Amino acid sequence: MSTPSQPVKKICLIVSRGSLDGVYPALIMANGARMEGIEASVFFTFFGLNALVDKTLDHLKVPTVGNSALNMAMPMLGLPMTMPFPTWLGAIPGVSAFATHLMNKEMDKLDIPPVREFLELISDSGGKLYACKLAMDMFKLKREDLCDRVDDVLTVGQFYEEAAGEGSHILFT
Amino acid sequence: MTKNLAGTDLDVNEEGYLTDMTQWTEAVAEAIAAEEGVGPLAEGHWKVIRYLREQQAKGAALTIRGMGKSGVVTTKELYDLFPGGPLKKSSKIAGIPKPVGCI
Repeated sequence: MSTPSQPVKKICLIVSRGSLDGVYPALIMANGARMEGIEASVFFTFFGLNALVDKTLDHLKVPTVGNSALNMAMPMLGLPMTMPFPTWLGAIPGVSAFATHLMNKEMDKLDIPPVREFLELISDSGGKLYACKLAMDMFKLKREDLCDRVDDVLTVGQFYEEAAGEGSHILFT
Repeated sequence: MTKNLAGTDLDVNEEGYLTDMTQWTEAVAEAIAAEEGVGPLAEGHWKVIRYLREQQAKGAALTIRGMGKSGVVTTKELYDLFPGGPLKKSSKIAGIPKPVGCI
């Protein structure tokens, strides 16, 4: 590849959802950025904080209700990808946990780490992990409720300051 | 394409990765490292380079997670040793193909 004149130097990802599939893309993008020598920071807001709370981050789930693309996971059950997954089925207790188990197994095969290890990986690689101050207040969370890899609790303004710089990009996920 | 490094003609691809890992020597590694702004190569670098070449010879897929778990180097050390793209740069210096994974 030729060297672009305006390379991406920094990526700032905002995670607003707290399901497994809501969190992983940003973690993968952040880690991938660090692997390329691109700076990365991840700002967890609203339900995205689910991935930073020490007690919950090991238990993120794949939603099986209201997830109209769950047919994508049908091949994991040996069924065709074109088969829709009925919403009523997703509401049965244990189905979301089972779907999560299947998904985690597939991800492990691809060497995608569990959330906690992924946060450690990003943090060790020099990526930054931030929690949203307003969302912390809303969910009545304190700094000590969060995993110890979190770099800071930031206001929106502080996050934009952190995101400043030439070649820096902000992405909402 | 061919590139002359450390007094040897080497087969490389357009990104400068060796296409034949048997052409690699320690002197070649030093020369690539200098080009990449890494080094001078110390024992920590060599440990990683030797590990990468062993894994490549075995046909194992290389990931940053796998490196951190290898016991050869921690994630932090790897980023410190090869700043600005640790797996890519260390692979280039080790004379093996560019890693293709996303993790």
